This record gives sequence, structure tokens and C-alpha cells, in this order.
Amino acid sequence: MNNNNEKDYIQNQMKLEFSSRSENEGFARVAVAAFIAPLDPTVEELTEIKTAVSEAVSNAIIHAYRENESGMVTVECVIERDRRVVVTVIDNGVGIENVELAREPLYTSKPDDERSGMGFTVMDSFMDKLEVESTPGIGTRVKMIKNLDLAYGF
Amino acid sequence: MQIEFEMTDDILIVNLDGELDHHFSTVIREEIDKTIDTFHSKHLIFNFEKVDFMDSSGIGVIMGRYNKISQLKGRLLITGCSEYIDRILEMAGIYTIATRMKSVADSIECIKHDMIEKGAKSENE
Repeated sequence: MNNNNEKDYIQNQMKLEFSSRSENEGFARVAVAAFIAPLDPTVEELTEIKTAVSEAVSNAIIHAYRENESGMVTVECVIERDRRVVVTVIDNGVGIENVELAREPLYTSKPDDERSGMGFTVMDSFMDKLEVESTPGIGTRVKMIKNLDLAYGF
Repeated sequence: MQIEFEMTDDILIVNLDGELDHHFSTVIREEIDKTIDTFHSKHLIFNFEKVDFMDSSGIGVIMGRYNKISQLKGRLLITGCSEYIDRILEMAGIYTIATRMKSVADSIECIKHDMIEKGAKSENE
């Protein structure tokens, strides 16, 4: 991997690890929002990133760990050059058999639970790029990238 | 997230306040269902005016309540959404099952107007 090259342009980064409990969904999105606040994002950009983080973390808790609270969810956030924000949500849960199908709007593996099946669609439309890597039995890694608009007044 | 109910005739107004995510959606849907059953509400108005965050869990809450009240032939109306909440609801096609209204007062007016029309129709028949 080109880790050395990547490190060259990382400006700031953080990593959070927390139990797969639903009350941590709020914690995760607020933490990411606070971390990127120094970039002075617009309210819209901030809301979109918070929503995408919330979707990815909820997926980890509901689907990856099947609401078993003993799992751990990792959220990484990297601020790269040119106001590029990279958020990665990682779990060691059950994994996704068919990522392409899971990403389809309205698809849900739990139709009886009032799940909307819109999680990945929301992430997709609120972020500039979405990458999902998953191995059944090992876990899932959701990487989301957003390029913030240039700040005014600088 | 806080939830507050108002009742007028068979209309239930659900005033949501705070952040609607997966964590709070479980409690919210139980509270609404319990209240619908207790007060035999037929129509539902969701007031999102004080909701400052919502993810796709909110879609599930609305779809589930729609399934419940549509069995009673009731109507579902939504009001007070920010532009961003509207975007999420539109993405999921919520406005094909629910009507978007300007205010709670307009929503009540709309339901009552419909009822009068229906009442007049059945009288004529």
C-alpha cells in the first residue's frame, strides 16, 4: 500500500472506538462534526456529513452486530489537503454478502423491522464518494469522502 | 428526542423535538402506536418543526405509522420540515404516501375539509 505517500498529505486525523450501543450514534456524528469544525464547513456540509456518519454507524450496530452491544465500532476521520474529509466506519461484524444489492435504494435485509433501506443511498447522495468493502464473517469498512467548498474570508 | 401529542377529534398531532436517529426511533414508534391505539386516532400529522437532525431511521418511523393508519383509512400529513429533512423524505418517496403541508393548522384544515366533503357525498348518496 502507499501508506507513506498518504501520510505526506494528511493534515489532521483522529480515531474513535466505541461499543455498538445505539446511544453512541449521536456521539459519533457529533464527534466527527466537532473534529472538522476548524475547517469552517457550511451548515449544509456539516449536516450532510453528520447524517452520513449516523447512517454508517447505525448500519454497524443494527446489521453488522445485530444489536448485540458487545461489538466495537471504529470511526476514523482524516482531513487531507484541499479541504478533503475522509470518514471511515469499521466494524468486525457479520459482513455483507452482496454489497451491490445492499447499496440499492429501498433494499433492506430486515423488511419486518421498519427499516427504510435508504442508509447507503443517503450516504451516497450526501457525500462525494462512497466505498464499501465487506467480507462475510470478518466485517465491513465504509469509506466516505467529502470535498468541502472553499471557505470564505481566507 | 422529546415527543408531545395533541389531539383534535380523531386527528393525532405528533410534535417531535430534537434528534431523530435509530436510537430514538424505537421509543418514538412505540409511543406513537400506543397513543394511536389509546385515543383511536385515525389521521396523523407529523410536525418536524423542532427536529434539528434526522437520518433514514425517520423514514422507517413514518412508513410504519403510514401502514398503521392506512388500515384505518386515515391520512398522513407532514409539516415543518427543514430543506434537508425534506431531501431525505423525498429520496425515499415519502411524499407519495404522505402530504406535505405548510403548517399544523393547514393540516387540520385539510383533513376536516376532506371529512366534510366525504360527509356531504354520503348524504347525497
